[in-house]
Amino acid sequence: MMKKRKLIINITAVCLLIISLLLLQRLLMPKYVSAIVEGSLIEEYYQETTGHDVIFVGDCEVYESFSPITLWENYGITSYIRGSTQQLIWQSYYLLEETLQYEKPEVVVFNVLAMKYDKPQKEEYNRLTLDGMRLSPIKIKAIQASMTEKENLIDYIFPILRYHSRWDELTAEDFQYMFKKKKLFHNGYYMRVDVRPVTTVPEGRKLANYRFGDNAYYYLDKMVDLCRDNDIDLVLVKAPSLYPYWYDEWEAQIEEYAAKHDLLYINFLELIDEIGIDFNTDTYDGGLHMNLSGAEKLSVYLGKVLAENYGLKDHRNDDVYKEVWEEKVDFYYDMKAQQYYELEKYGYLKSFGAKPPTS
Amino acid sequence: MDTLLRMLKGLHPDVDFETCETLIDDKILDSFDIITLVADINSEFDVTIPAEEIIPENFNSARALYALIERLSNED
Amino acid sequence: MLFTSYSFIAFLALLFTVYYLVPRRFQWMLLLFASYLFYFIAGPTYVIYIFVTTLSTYLVSVKLESLNKAQSAYLAEHKDMSREEKKEYKASVKSKQRKWLAACLLFNFGILAVVKYTNFAIANINAVIGAFGGGTQLSFLKLALPLGISFYTFQTMGYIIDVYRGKHPAERNFFKLALFVSFFPQLIQGPISRFSDLAQTLYKEHSFDSRNISFGIERILWGYFKKVVLADRILVAVNTLIKNPDTYQGAYVLIGMLFYAYQLYADFTGGIDITIGIAQVLGIEVKENFHRPYFSKNIVEYWRRWHITMGTWFRDYLFYPLSVSKPMLNISKHSRRLFGEALGKRIPVYLSTFIVWFATGIWHGASWNFIVWGLMNCVVILISQELKPFYDWFHSRFNVAGKLYFKVFQIVRTVLLMSSIRMFDCYRDVPMTFRMFGTIFTRFSFKPFFDGSLLKLGLDLSDYIVLLAGLIVLTIVSVSQARGSVRRQLEKKPVLVRYAAYYALILSILVLGAYGVGYDSSQFIYNQF
Repeated sequence: MMKKRKLIINITAVCLLIISLLLLQRLLMPKYVSAIVEGSLIEEYYQETTGHDVIFVGDCEVYESFSPITLWENYGITSYIRGSTQQLIWQSYYLLEETLQYEKPEVVVFNVLAMKYDKPQKEEYNRLTLDGMRLSPIKIKAIQASMTEKENLIDYIFPILRYHSRWDELTAEDFQYMFKKKKLFHNGYYMRVDVRPVTTVPEGRKLANYRFGDNAYYYLDKMVDLCRDNDIDLVLVKAPSLYPYWYDEWEAQIEEYAAKHDLLYINFLELIDEIGIDFNTDTYDGGLHMNLSGAEKLSVYLGKVLAENYGLKDHRNDDVYKEVWEEKVDFYYDMKAQQYYELEKYGYLKSFGAKPPTS
Repeated sequence: MDTLLRMLKGLHPDVDFETCETLIDDKILDSFDIITLVADINSEFDVTIPAEEIIPENFNSARALYALIERLSNED
Repeated sequence: MLFTSYSFIAFLALLFTVYYLVPRRFQWMLLLFASYLFYFIAGPTYVIYIFVTTLSTYLVSVKLESLNKAQSAYLAEHKDMSREEKKEYKASVKSKQRKWLAACLLFNFGILAVVKYTNFAIANINAVIGAFGGGTQLSFLKLALPLGISFYTFQTMGYIIDVYRGKHPAERNFFKLALFVSFFPQLIQGPISRFSDLAQTLYKEHSFDSRNISFGIERILWGYFKKVVLADRILVAVNTLIKNPDTYQGAYVLIGMLFYAYQLYADFTGGIDITIGIAQVLGIEVKENFHRPYFSKNIVEYWRRWHITMGTWFRDYLFYPLSVSKPMLNISKHSRRLFGEALGKRIPVYLSTFIVWFATGIWHGASWNFIVWGLMNCVVILISQELKPFYDWFHSRFNVAGKLYFKVFQIVRTVLLMSSIRMFDCYRDVPMTFRMFGTIFTRFSFKPFFDGSLLKLGLDLSDYIVLLAGLIVLTIVSVSQARGSVRRQLEKKPVLVRYAAYYALILSILVLGAYGVGYDSSQFIYNQF
């Protein structure tokens, strides 16, 4: 009987240990609510209850250039942006593959800037993209494709091994958002109403080699195949960011690729005048990213192209979608008002992840 | 035996070598004492104490040490 | 594989599981396989070295035994031999055995010497050539150090010497000997075991003993705590201090010295805890290598309590044989005659001590820093020997011997002394070490302690709090150990207390450990051995 009692105690102890470790892990992981909010992008997708006809994948140029709310309001297009900071093309591919486990869109839009990165880049950016993904075989593949030399797969499966050093940096936010976070984005769009006009744009340096890497092409091919196998139309875009510099040689490669694979490719850099982008009002960081004004302009243009070319349904009269999206629209305009209020009061978007302006 | 006790007392006059049985265990004799002792014993008793006999069992008491000396003399 | 790598932990988990699933008579074979696997992962080509050492030692040990057997047979056959003839015959057999032993020692120490010290020798030869104006310089060899070669060579040579001395019979099973040589927990930092000790427990059949296993795991956790939470943490500051000698002088050298004393203790004893703990989980008893060394009251006591198995190895296999060898006894005789009793008696002792410490120094590393370190230890030990009469007079004059404050004084003095000598581990070369030590006195200032400079060494306030708490925990555990095994004491406490202790250990290793991205995972300091 003593043995049985001992066994029960031991099993309970082990269970207790595992539970406390899991709780600690939740506590120690960064919450990305008040600073570096971009870290919360990926995981918000899983809150969606209805499907999307358009899925965007790609880096910051994708989550700052297009507003799903505008697409909805003007065309009734349902969309989601599965974008994240410096999202690398293999991460985009696996995110797309994962999304297809949940739904099947009609169109996928991919921002091609990521083609410039052929190899794993920075551990911090990997984390921002990958930590938000739910654990699955696809996530494992994404991790393995993304890992830099000093990283280990086990650090991703048990993030406590990576974030344990935050124990002396914990803030109230870490406790508050331990289990549930507040909604920060609009179907993957990160709203910024502030304005910082373009002043100077650094000239692109001469490169030794302009050809995109084999690994990048490999994943682009995979993306094309994945879409084809699933009857999805793939659209390539290049956002109108003035920096990082988009070389003519890169442009040529994408045009050639798009032609070869019969894909629509929209380079918004060439459409700046046509769309009416004004770099004095439409960017919040001097030309790197669009702000709300710019994003809405781009979305009006893109929405028309998508609706016309791909016959996307206008869901504005569908009761199921209407209810869900009306809430999203309300949230959108509430945040817009809130952001303008903060701009007025503080001069910068204090609680939206912006940094105070340096004097 | 008296010669041996004389030698031991020469190293540590205040130790009771007649009865103490833990010379090594209690660190009363350290390694310097031991090799000085061995050199003295070798010359005085005309024996050769090899390194492998320098073990606590042989050096823990004057009696054990004397037994070692006798054993080595007889082996010759 | 470092002790502190994920792959090692996985390796251990797998080994422990399989070990208690296989039939018990195969357990030692499993360990042999695991040890060679461990060695193979460290570096496939290195397996040859350890195999060659094992093979050569095995063959010689068998030869020694066969000579013994032949001797017994011969003597039994020729009962009519005179005492003189017997003595002569035995001596001739012994001489043959000595030759075989010498061959084995020469060969295996030779391998160690070549692999470890060739480049050092070349560097010195080049320096001499340069000093004489010569132009040619010998080029260095590209030789990497097989894992644990210093440890397993010494352990194995101890074995063959013991066989020669008749301490125990040779191990006739080649594979069992191979396990003794390559037992993987010992490869990283020792301890250096004796065959007569380890063989008692290494080959036995081990049944699943939950007490042993839980004690072993506790020991392993305790070792990881010291290593990952404390040693790896303070290493950051230590590196900053000693790698930038131009910036950090005066009081900083003192701080670096003390931090390094902390770090080396936590790292080395932590690693040994892991080693002994692993062995214990496997049901194998490995002897202790440390005995609360920082509580030593003088340097002689310190070297009985720090790196114990290395000290006893040098004592039993170098110091005693050397000091009672014929040449040394001759020197003793002649120096007594030439210089009188007092000085003459000292010369063989001092000479032997010098040689042993020179060897100890060079065993630690192929550089003058280590040699000088060894010799500094030697000098201090000999001085403390010479000062004995003074100490006796002092204690007869002042009644302080047993008093607590005097004991504390002795302990602090010893810690400072040993930490100072250890500075040779830290700096680039010998002159720099002396120079930096000098600045403690010439450039001392209390400012660094108070103006926040300590927070600019790579550690922040929370790190220092952890280190301080760790120091307190270490002290409490050490003091409790005086009353007997801490684990046994813990066993007696109520369930809640016990499990709280386990949780505290595990959680602190995982959360407070100085590992992962942002920390540089450091090797055990003794890993290049």
